[in-house]
Amino acid sequence: MADQFINQLVWPIIYILCIVLPLVIAVAMFVYWERKVLGWMHVRMGPNKVGPFGLLQAFADVTKLLIKEVILPTKANRFLYYMAPMIALVPALAAWAVIPFSGKMVLSNANAGVLYLLAMTSMGVYGIIIAGWASNSRYALLGAMRSAAQVISYELAMGLCLVCVLVLAGSLNLTEIVNAQAGRKGIFDWFWLPLLPVFVVYFISGVAETNRAPFDVAEGESEIVAGFHVEYSGSAFALFFLAEYANMILVSFLAAILFMGGWLSPFPPSWGFIGHGGFIWLFIKAFLFSFMFLWFRATFPRYRYDQIMRLGWKVFIPIAIAWVFVAGCLKYWGIVSIGVGA
Amino acid sequence: MNPQLLQLICFYAFGFVTVAAALSVITLKNTVHAVLALVLTFFSAACLWLLLEAEFLALALIVVYVGAVMVLFLFVVMMLDIDQEKMREGFVKFLPVGLIVAVVMLVEMLGLIGVRAMHAQVMGANPAIAAGMSNNIEWLGHALYTKFLLPFEIAALILTVGIVAAVALTLRERADARHESASQQVKVNPRDRVRIVKMAAVRPDEPTVPQESQP
Repeated sequence: MADQFINQLVWPIIYILCIVLPLVIAVAMFVYWERKVLGWMHVRMGPNKVGPFGLLQAFADVTKLLIKEVILPTKANRFLYYMAPMIALVPALAAWAVIPFSGKMVLSNANAGVLYLLAMTSMGVYGIIIAGWASNSRYALLGAMRSAAQVISYELAMGLCLVCVLVLAGSLNLTEIVNAQAGRKGIFDWFWLPLLPVFVVYFISGVAETNRAPFDVAEGESEIVAGFHVEYSGSAFALFFLAEYANMILVSFLAAILFMGGWLSPFPPSWGFIGHGGFIWLFIKAFLFSFMFLWFRATFPRYRYDQIMRLGWKVFIPIAIAWVFVAGCLKYWGIVSIGVGA
Repeated sequence: MNPQLLQLICFYAFGFVTVAAALSVITLKNTVHAVLALVLTFFSAACLWLLLEAEFLALALIVVYVGAVMVLFLFVVMMLDIDQEKMREGFVKFLPVGLIVAVVMLVEMLGLIGVRAMHAQVMGANPAIAAGMSNNIEWLGHALYTKFLLPFEIAALILTVGIVAAVALTLRERADARHESASQQVKVNPRDRVRIVKMAAVRPDEPTVPQESQP
């Protein structure tokens, strides 16, 4: 009885904490890294006052946000106003349950892992919409509307990209998808090569899905102040912030897992020590992808709203649909061989 | 605690939430709250399906209905400006009609359950395991693309026709609308629009001191 209790309840909670706490720290450090990288790209210093190299800046910001007052706008819907940040955060954290960090390190080795991820990421938009509506503010509502339309459009392209991966891997399980990319040629066995256009579409859709620049019309500082979270302050705003960055890191991890071989080493296994897989490889790949989020932000001007819609519906979805057929052909004629064993 | 008891408790918990949320969809005054209650109904129904080990159906329900359809619903309902008092005016007048419809539906459902009970077919073993496959999704995929390929494709075709019909119904060409052609915009050459003039850096001979204005 006690054994069962410990096995079924205590250990999972410890595992969950082992994922969520480092994730929160990672978000804090990622915010610092973002400001630093943006600073370098703008030829300025970035945060450098709090702690050595400004490393404690993020923690100072968090403390500041937590001790600030959460202001409720007049005539706002009290219940939904306070619920919205939590509704935004919960799917962003829940999606991490099925991420495999290495061959054995995964919280839930679910058979329907990819579907579960799609379900969780598609629920994140509720937090944004509810926040926009419950704040009783025009800017917030406009931001929410834009975000909802954008997220739904890009979810389709993203889903079709995932279909290509599923066709090649023949499984919805993320661990099996990574194992399907193992092989003798290292980096050239991964799915980015046969699915190159889809890989690009997937990552750009991921940027749009998380409402990041250059697709950040939902926040658009210069047009609608801050979009859906314009009325939020203090810890409620911090939760939105956390959800957005957790989602960015999630998209980076997914791009690494689905297209870049997850924890597999880019070198052939015959190269000895350096050819072995391990979670460090996954972290390096995810870090490179998350760096690209910042690079995009510093490089590209914001898309116009109709351009975003055009890109999603008229460019990405046709490419993804066409590549589903290509992936089917690659699989049918055995041009892409999967899983030599890991 | 044995797993079956836990499953039963989960079933009743999710079932209770489903029924309560479904009831609040029709009783809540605020339409946005009602839509959110509907979202909760879908979500807890998906949880019930998960308990039945139908994970594909459950997750598809969340992805399609919660993630896409209800978002658009919410979108529309938020834009509506509904006068709650006016909506409640006809309540007494339409009550008899509503009651009749409700009773007929109840009788139909009970009848259906009764017919099923008479046949009393015991649910077979999990079809996925019976077919020798490890999970429900794999079995569903094989069944859909081999045994039920034609109905599956026909359903897809009907849905596509539905999309085309919806677009055809709502698309209207306005003569006075001005369109921008995105492909033309993309083709613009920056050299046609902006002229960059190179100027050598010059330093003024002597720094000009701003004159203080005398009062």
